[in-house]
Amino acid sequence: MVNYIIRRLFGGAIMLFAVSIATFLIFFGLPRLAGATPESFAARYVGPRATAEVQAQAAEKLGLNDPLYEQYGRWVKAIFVGADYDYGPAVEHCPAPCFGYSFITKRPVFDDLLDRLPVTASLALGAAVIWLLAGVATGVLSALRRGSLFDRFAMGTALAGVSLPIFFTGTLALSIFSYGRPFDWTARGSSYTPITEDPGMWAYNLILPWITLAFLYAAAYARNTRAGMLETMGEDYIRTARAKGLRERTVVVKHGLRGALTPIITIFGLDLGLLLGGAVLTETTFSLQGIGKFTIEAINKGDFPRIMGVTMLAAFFIVIANLVVDLLYAVVDPRVRLS
Amino acid sequence: MNTVISPRPSAEATSFLELRDLKIHFPTDDGVVKSVDGLSFSLERGKTLGIVGESGSGKSVSSLGILGIYHQQNAKISGEIWLDGQELVSSSREQVRQLRGKRMAMIFQDPLSAMHPYYTVGAQIVEAYRVHNNVSKKVARKHAIDMLGRVGIPQPDRRVDDHPHQFSGGMRQRAMIAMALSCDPELLIADEPTTALDVTVQAQILDLMRDLQREFNSALIIITHDLGVTAELADDVLVMYGGKCIEYGSAEDIFERPEHPYTWGLLGSMPRLDRPVTDRLLPIKGTPPSLINVPSGCAFHPRCAFADRTGGASRRDVPELLSLDSGKHRVRCHLTAPERRQIWQNEIKPNLEGVA
Repeated sequence: MVNYIIRRLFGGAIMLFAVSIATFLIFFGLPRLAGATPESFAARYVGPRATAEVQAQAAEKLGLNDPLYEQYGRWVKAIFVGADYDYGPAVEHCPAPCFGYSFITKRPVFDDLLDRLPVTASLALGAAVIWLLAGVATGVLSALRRGSLFDRFAMGTALAGVSLPIFFTGTLALSIFSYGRPFDWTARGSSYTPITEDPGMWAYNLILPWITLAFLYAAAYARNTRAGMLETMGEDYIRTARAKGLRERTVVVKHGLRGALTPIITIFGLDLGLLLGGAVLTETTFSLQGIGKFTIEAINKGDFPRIMGVTMLAAFFIVIANLVVDLLYAVVDPRVRLS
Repeated sequence: MNTVISPRPSAEATSFLELRDLKIHFPTDDGVVKSVDGLSFSLERGKTLGIVGESGSGKSVSSLGILGIYHQQNAKISGEIWLDGQELVSSSREQVRQLRGKRMAMIFQDPLSAMHPYYTVGAQIVEAYRVHNNVSKKVARKHAIDMLGRVGIPQPDRRVDDHPHQFSGGMRQRAMIAMALSCDPELLIADEPTTALDVTVQAQILDLMRDLQREFNSALIIITHDLGVTAELADDVLVMYGGKCIEYGSAEDIFERPEHPYTWGLLGSMPRLDRPVTDRLLPIKGTPPSLINVPSGCAFHPRCAFADRTGGASRRDVPELLSLDSGKHRVRCHLTAPERRQIWQNEIKPNLEGVA
């Protein structure tokens, strides 16, 4: 078990290494093919209005004239030990883990990410709880009453849920529940209170984004759970459970749902890992200053260090989520051997 | 509380288990599936009934029906099932559930799929025991270990924490039997208990079931398509075809003096060591009938070699299940008794014994 975890962590590190090379090549290698010069890179740091001489100096000091592998080495080294950026007018120290300086905010990328992460984490985790409970419960009820009015209504709603984009459902929800058409119950977006400050306000501000985001996922989970339940409820071991004289609820939850839940756990882990790297549409729709919004800004402004930082962060979450899912799998299904 | 909805007034049954005209029908889009269509029999404690028939003849559905388990919720059930003086068809689901596992239990085919893969063998036996017995987990666990030991699992105190996939096929079936017996059921139904096992293990399991039945003095119904198993265990044999009983009698009646052409066919398809290997088995031609469009008249007539000797009656009328002079031996066939006996003596028996 410990062996397995160590091996998987090692594998995850290799994966992140590969992602870092790819990311670096995309942002520092590809532009050269398109005609970018060390000076044009340097202009991002010192500003486009700096003289050609200043740009050339900055390029030299920032090491942009060095071969790519040396630049990559410096970028990775900075992540582990930090770095000093000397681009002429000033020297800035960027502590480890250093993903460089943002061109726009002039702050270390990692500090910015740390500022934004609680918003995205609050959004993703809250929504995850809602969609897991609502999706699985709906799926189970639908499967048990297959063909009933409830089933048809739930599956119709689920189809809408997976088909409608967040910027539609989110805007609609805001209009109905926040902007007084007809209700004025929830926050109007763009506000976030840390849970440590005021848990009530935290939940009040996030409830609508949670539900909107959860609706999308709950729909998929309801459909998956329903399909899984229909399959497991037809298994021989369900018949055995009934033959023992167990209550129907025990048969459904302890024997049926337990069997159907394994694939749900897998997608749940991956979905959550993916969301922690930024819920772009939800954050944009509700103007939440999370990782997703941060990424969009970075892309719009060509802020390479930020984009690279976010990419690495997202890759990190997915690697971890994968590992956790595999470990959970072994806990849930005793037939799975971790070796 | 036992409001019997049956149209005809019925007396309380005298046997331990008695089925009267049990029908289990499933309405589907294509028509009504008559899985069990008028089944009656009785069984005493300590006795074994073998139910024999091809796949889809209604064997499993009727036994699950006794336990009150129906594959679909829209199943239409009529008739009566008396278990020790209580009528089950008219009892509430909750009443039947409380009997299930406690007074009547079932051993299933293929214990790998019949046991939950995620729970240990011990946990599954403990669960079966604790539904009907208000005891602590510790006591139940001790009982589970005890049961595993009684069905011949070595080192039961260690194997109790294994998962089903860690058991061999024979051990799993033993564990399944331990689970079924955990509450001392008076009626035990075994649905093809040896089909998924290899031959040497089959014999062990059959021995075990016979010993345990004596020990617990339970009534045993053994469902199988293997006449060898039936011959080994059963006191009485019931042959099912197309949801109906077509022949019923003591094991001796069925094996020594079978009367129905279908039973003859079953006997002919049974591999036997005492026959020269050059002889071919005599399979029953054709396929089992659809339970939606059961053939008119005698359901077996399309496959029966002797149907033309009934003067068309087999195509027209459903034959009655009639008693023969010898007592409980009953058969559902249009051929007259003398005709049947003659065919058996002259055409069937010589072939089966390989004398010809």
